[in-house]
Amino acid sequence: MFDPMPWLILSPLIWATLAFVHGPGRGGRLAVACLILQLSLAAILAQQVIAGGVRMYAVGGWGAPLGIDLMADGLSTVMLLLTQTIVLPLAFYARAYFVGHANSLRYFWPLTGYLLAAMNALFLSSDVFNIYVTLELLGLAAVGLVALVGGAGPITAAMRYLLATLLGSSAYLLGVALLYGVYGSVSLVALKPLIAADAPATVSLAAALMLLGLMLKTALFPFHFWLPPAHGGAPAPVSALLSALVIKASFYLILRLWFDLFAPIVSITAAQLLGALGAGAILWGSFLALRQTHLKMLVAYSTVAQVGYLFLLFPLATGMSAEVAESAWQGGVLQVVAHGLAKAAMFAAAGAMITATGRDEISGIAGVATRIPLTLFAFALAGVTIMGLPPSGGFAAKWLLLGAALASEQWWWIVVMVVGGLLSAAYVFKVLRQAFLPVEETASFQLLPRMLEWPILLLALASLVLGLVGIEVLSLLGAA
Amino acid sequence: MSSALVYALTGAALFVLGMAGLILQPHLLRKILAFNIMGSGIFLMLVGVAQRAGTPDPVPQAMVLTGIVVAIAATALALALARQLLDMNGEMRLPEEKTGKDRLDV
Amino acid sequence: MNFNETLPLLVLLSSLLPGLIIFALPDERHGLRSLINMVGSTLQLLLIVYMLRGVMHGEEYIYHFTILPGLDLVFKADALAMLFVPLSAALWFLTTLYAIGYLEGSPHRNRFFGFFSLCVTATIGVAMAGNLFTFFVFYELLTLSTYPLVVHRGTEQAMRAGQVYLTYTLGGGALLLVGIVWLYGLAGQVEFTHGGVLAVLWPEYTSQLRVIFFLLIAGLGVKAALVPLHGWLPLAMVAPAPVSALLHAVAVVKAGVFGIVRVVYDVYGVEFSQSLHLLMPLAVMASVTIIWGSLRALFQDDLKRRLAYSTISQVSYIALGVAIFGPMATVGGVVHLVHQGIMKITLFFCAGNYAETLGVHKISEMDGVGRRMPWTTAAFTVGAFGMIGLPPLAGFISKWYLGLGALEAQMPWVIAILLASSLLNAAYFLPVLYRAWFQPRTEAWPEEQIPMQNGRETAWLLLVPPLATAVATMLVGLFASSTLSPLTWAKMIAAREYLYWMP
Repeated sequence: MFDPMPWLILSPLIWATLAFVHGPGRGGRLAVACLILQLSLAAILAQQVIAGGVRMYAVGGWGAPLGIDLMADGLSTVMLLLTQTIVLPLAFYARAYFVGHANSLRYFWPLTGYLLAAMNALFLSSDVFNIYVTLELLGLAAVGLVALVGGAGPITAAMRYLLATLLGSSAYLLGVALLYGVYGSVSLVALKPLIAADAPATVSLAAALMLLGLMLKTALFPFHFWLPPAHGGAPAPVSALLSALVIKASFYLILRLWFDLFAPIVSITAAQLLGALGAGAILWGSFLALRQTHLKMLVAYSTVAQVGYLFLLFPLATGMSAEVAESAWQGGVLQVVAHGLAKAAMFAAAGAMITATGRDEISGIAGVATRIPLTLFAFALAGVTIMGLPPSGGFAAKWLLLGAALASEQWWWIVVMVVGGLLSAAYVFKVLRQAFLPVEETASFQLLPRMLEWPILLLALASLVLGLVGIEVLSLLGAA
Repeated sequence: MSSALVYALTGAALFVLGMAGLILQPHLLRKILAFNIMGSGIFLMLVGVAQRAGTPDPVPQAMVLTGIVVAIAATALALALARQLLDMNGEMRLPEEKTGKDRLDV
Repeated sequence: MNFNETLPLLVLLSSLLPGLIIFALPDERHGLRSLINMVGSTLQLLLIVYMLRGVMHGEEYIYHFTILPGLDLVFKADALAMLFVPLSAALWFLTTLYAIGYLEGSPHRNRFFGFFSLCVTATIGVAMAGNLFTFFVFYELLTLSTYPLVVHRGTEQAMRAGQVYLTYTLGGGALLLVGIVWLYGLAGQVEFTHGGVLAVLWPEYTSQLRVIFFLLIAGLGVKAALVPLHGWLPLAMVAPAPVSALLHAVAVVKAGVFGIVRVVYDVYGVEFSQSLHLLMPLAVMASVTIIWGSLRALFQDDLKRRLAYSTISQVSYIALGVAIFGPMATVGGVVHLVHQGIMKITLFFCAGNYAETLGVHKISEMDGVGRRMPWTTAAFTVGAFGMIGLPPLAGFISKWYLGLGALEAQMPWVIAILLASSLLNAAYFLPVLYRAWFQPRTEAWPEEQIPMQNGRETAWLLLVPPLATAVATMLVGLFASSTLSPLTWAKMIAAREYLYWMP
């Protein structure tokens, strides 16, 4: 049987390198073609997982412990599918966005390709050390993307991001070293029964180090300081990639570790603590988003807030009845998917509005409703998901999380979710309201190419439709 | 005290030292060096682990080699960025005012 | 999937698709846009007539779509739904005609009509929702699709109104959501069923059910503009007249109060609600709203503001009818859902006509409009008399049954409320009529935009809709006992809700 797993990693590596050699023109076309291919590969993999459960692949036929095993289960397939689905429209968008910025575009395709290779490899990795390598590659490619356009702001943001991400992955690596010291293995499959059988204090230390490192990379409050300047300062296609996907990669790892590897040793107290940090992120992030005067900074702080929702999953799923835990788990993963699609659309829309008006303050986008209604419509649709209103993917996620909170009688998370939802409505409408304001006819306004607007709408619609087909995602998630 | 434990403790000490430097030192070059010290701490620990059972275990050795490659790549990128910052700002440190603070645009 | 299953979807699509197509049209394609609008809305009416026939003959139109495990979107055309759906569709048709005339020459019309269609889709969805989840989906969609209509003019005042509107409705929506999720946790997925479905949870979960009831009513009460949750409604009247007309007559306030009807009758069950002592507080809240709205209306000089406060008061008749235990009151409340809609839309159409034709916005400027615009003023008079409750107009029927219901339930104080409210209605409508008909005009009109032509007081498109609804106001009253009247339909609903009461 054809195995798409290695090709999901090789394909971006190949086109990234070729794009570097051939320059942005041909490189961009090649990237788009390969991304279509990758999307089909991910779809094939999804079908295989639905049909046959977890899939393993030994790279080069070597196999663990000396070789590298690739593994695809429901969760990793969902993430792979999400990644390819988001990157493809963004690639079209980027081609239109970077017209006239040949210099930025020169490195955009190679770096995006390497980023994608690292991310796909991360989702397919089945040992904690290999995960470290992919995590580091992902971080380096992301930092390169932030620094893409140059200039004091982006370079500073990139530097700060680099230091944060290095600190995070070092903590993670130390945890890996400790784990190997205790058990003599790095394979997820081999470690799990060992940890369940006997877990000395060193293992708890390792778990804490690994989780803390990943939380820093996920920009969970209060480790979010690096995110807004990096995501808000990068060019729009890059911001979209980073906010929609890169932080989700480290969150995916937290999920893996928490619910899989360290499931025997995690405590309800720790889960409540994670939830509390998530609540802090929701409230503080939303509040700051509301206070921003720059469009992309608002969207970036919205990411800080939305990451908080992801972490509510832990107190709702840890130590609760199987039914509650499942509903929370499903809600959390749906939130990952919904936020990924919506935030990609939102950053892309913000970039389009800034390009059209030539101003990056929120006050500068008056008149957008009349001049580029399609983009604004896409922004609003993405906003519906961010606010968690029906019939969006964000709503489906919130529904499941609320249900879990009610069933486990943890009403304090309900308050957080409701207040957070209202705050997010406040900051989304802060933008929409401005866009509806009339503007003088004389105001300069740049027309946008169609290929800049349609991918945004596509992403936004996807985040909305997710609310109606959530059950399909969940069936893939539960397939293995 | 076994030799593995000595390695482990020294490694841990280096890691903590490096982490403190990475967070506290304002100069970028020092930050980058501190990151490398952290890395060395971890590698030391892994090498110690490898020697635990009489015959050397090849897996941690391979991990250290990979880790060193990754660390070099990261260091190179960090140096390149630091160099650009030096060219633009005239000094090798991150602008102070917004470090670790949230922007309250009003 | 057979035809009966797809029918509810087709009804929704018949207003959704025109909306989406209109968004994609360039702003200048006025003819095409009007054509699409009219085709969609005619098609919708035809579908609904077909479904009405079916429901009368005992057909079931129900559509299920699973979106999450244990969570279905359900559309169902039951008797109650089929009271609200035709109202929305018919008034959408008329309001679209009216809006085409009203917005002649103003900018951003495709945006307006696009959201207008979305808004109607949401209302129809609310009406046909087969469970609370579906109801909530369209309830929130309604909030989102009406916001651009409220702020359509883009003025500072409109923006502020929009903000207040959102704050209220999204806040209410959040409460409603918590209530619904909680209920799903307790009872699982429950479809709207005549007679209610929650009685099985008695007595174990009594106190939880009470809290949930409070959450649901608070969430729905915002849109239904129950005092003290009504603050957004008088502000929202800055919207263009067709929007106010639709908002007040069918879309937003009706969605809220329709939700209350659904919760009391088809979720809790009216008998179960009564046994939990939930109806009395609701009745008191509705009564307070009726009186408070009327009192505030007295002191408004702005015509649309006076009508807005009148809406607050009148919509609570429906809530009151629901809250009085007994089939007669049910008939009165449910039938008022339709009656209030056609009366209030007449009044708003007329107010829009005065503003658009003569620039008259205030009651103090209305001296002599009756001579200048006799047809409009005649329609206004019918609407106002209906609101006061003069027989044989629509409002009289509603109040009559509410009064009977109050007697039946031995709540004589409700009669006092009804009388007081009718007097107040008269007190705030009659002076308007007096000025319009009997005061001579002494000065020029504030801003005459549409001059008198061949004895025609204003544009055709502005005149036909209020006349049509005024005639309807008379017809539903005069022929209340015919088999096709809303009253007969409401009696059928009441018969189904009271399982033990009526044989």
